Amino acid sequence: MASLPPFPPRNSRESGSGEDVLFAYLLRLGDDSLILGQRLGEWCGHAPSVEVDLSLANMALDLIGQATFFLDRAAEVEGRGRDGDRLAFHRDVLDFRNCWLVEQPNGDFAQTMARQFLFSTWQKLLFGHLVGSTDATLAAIAEKAVKEVTYHQDLASEWIIRLGDGTDESRRRMIEGLDWMARFVPELFEMDEIAVAAAESGIGVDVTHFRGDYDRITGEVLREAGLERPAEQRPVLGGRRGHHGEHLGHLLCAMQFLPRTYPDATW
Amino acid sequence: MSKDWPLWEVFVRSRGGMAHRHVGSVHAPDAEIALRHARDTYTRRMEGVSLWVVPSASIVASDPSDDAAMFDPAQDKIYRHPTFYSIPDDVKHI
Repeated sequence: MASLPPFPPRNSRESGSGEDVLFAYLLRLGDDSLILGQRLGEWCGHAPSVEVDLSLANMALDLIGQATFFLDRAAEVEGRGRDGDRLAFHRDVLDFRNCWLVEQPNGDFAQTMARQFLFSTWQKLLFGHLVGSTDATLAAIAEKAVKEVTYHQDLASEWIIRLGDGTDESRRRMIEGLDWMARFVPELFEMDEIAVAAAESGIGVDVTHFRGDYDRITGEVLREAGLERPAEQRPVLGGRRGHHGEHLGHLLCAMQFLPRTYPDATW
Repeated sequence: MSKDWPLWEVFVRSRGGMAHRHVGSVHAPDAEIALRHARDTYTRRMEGVSLWVVPSASIVASDPSDDAAMFDPAQDKIYRHPTFYSIPDDVKHI
């Protein structure tokens, strides 16, 4: 794996141990849910049918709810008077700690479902383990969220199968969507310093432990869809250190415009 | 896309012991997706604990032009109403 030049830690407490690790870990979880929630929200009013529109909006709202819990808890641990909203709307792109997969553009419906399938399968396994976190708040969030994510994974799997095993066009689009997204999967299983520290302290989990389960579950769905596993590509890494693609900045522009332009706005 | 999908009638059981009640319909390509569309469309505000979806095409409906023969004869059969019983206050859902 190519190594990236290190950025100095820009978020207040990301380099030390103990509470710093907890803060950094919560930020990753919160940013993943927040960014994917915002992406799915972009479909609102544009989905192929009103029923699909509601499915996507429901998932978006589940994820934004998770982000609120994770980021509020992160701000509490940080202890600098910020809250979840402050973290969501007043950080710049280099301070975001989400993985690359969730910031990928929606593309067509197949590409959106490819992203959802690859991410929700991982998130379901992750939350399933995080219910045992030594941080009681984190464990409680995971316990609530794992039910939501189980449904996301189920719905996305159904669409992978429908589109993969559908018409020539839906199959072509599904293959293209999976090809686009597959290079961002290795990052989900990366164990960097913070991930290792979180796992060792019992706050977090070692994601490499469920890599086998992930490959088995995704493999079964792809098989039912009549699709090959996407070819190996050079993995794209670095989201957890603030390296992001061009797409995230544009997403944040839309998401942060209102609270940044009118900082005291309420509704 | 959805205009090519068949229509499904959605029934929701609001809580245990109650009957499933017709709440509306969804378009979906097949039964499994219809169930999920019904979940996402009709139970997002805790409306239900159980869902049925039925292909709309499977519903056999009475013909409006037969209304007179079908329903008018029941109008003067007052003795068919169980209104001559007293119902205890604590019996619900009758």
